[in-house]
Amino acid sequence: MGWVFRRRADGGMDVRLGPDVRDLLRSLPGQLETILREAPEDPSLVRLQPPAYADDEEHEAEYRRYMGDDLRQRQLASLAVLAGTAGADRLSEEEAQSWMAALNFVRLVLGTRLDVQEDDDLDEPPADEDEETARFVYGYLSLLLEDLVSSLSDGLPDVVDD
Amino acid sequence: MALTIAPAQIKEPTADEVVKPDRPWVVIVWNDPINLMSYVTYVFQKLFGYSREKATKLMLDVHNKGRAVVSSGPRERAELDVFRLHEHGLWATMEHDE
Repeated sequence: MGWVFRRRADGGMDVRLGPDVRDLLRSLPGQLETILREAPEDPSLVRLQPPAYADDEEHEAEYRRYMGDDLRQRQLASLAVLAGTAGADRLSEEEAQSWMAALNFVRLVLGTRLDVQEDDDLDEPPADEDEETARFVYGYLSLLLEDLVSSLSDGLPDVVDD
Repeated sequence: MALTIAPAQIKEPTADEVVKPDRPWVVIVWNDPINLMSYVTYVFQKLFGYSREKATKLMLDVHNKGRAVVSSGPRERAELDVFRLHEHGLWATMEHDE
């Protein structure tokens, strides 16, 4: 896989992907949105909205009340940008940031469902065809995200610690 | 004033009440097997303006020690940091500094 994302001088991103991958990227957000809307208690979603206060139910309930919807809306918005621009050859910096967040959400949900563990090389054979597909998609999205993060990192300012 | 032999009702302060309002909160990121190391480093740089070196060190602390304190401050600030980390899919919580 050569470069997929390449940062432009204006902060935007050139995208080089085949039509099959673009179709996949277009379809994934919808699948995830369906889970978000219809099965908000799905265990794989807990990873998307972890508690802010681990040992403080009162503060956690308050935090959830004020911030929970906002978080869900931001996550859905990133997914919508990915689906809406899956065919684009060029992304604005903001769109590229949304791609990054959305690719990671899909990885989090897929990874949780696949029960990915630390240093997991997934050398057990997959249980069925669905799992085989999910593993392939998970691995491929990881490569895409790695490439996108590398390209976005090129745009970070040089920072010197105090 | 009536004399009484009943013990005086002294209200012991609860832990919550003796907490100083300016006692800082810390934001903690926990290790998870899914988020990529490069991604976590980038998110720390982007959200907190840390250098690549500092962000990488924090990421490695998360990876090797299971958790790292990535920011601290008043409660509202900590909540915002947790929100932004959740927005990026990181597993973050906040608690009072020990």
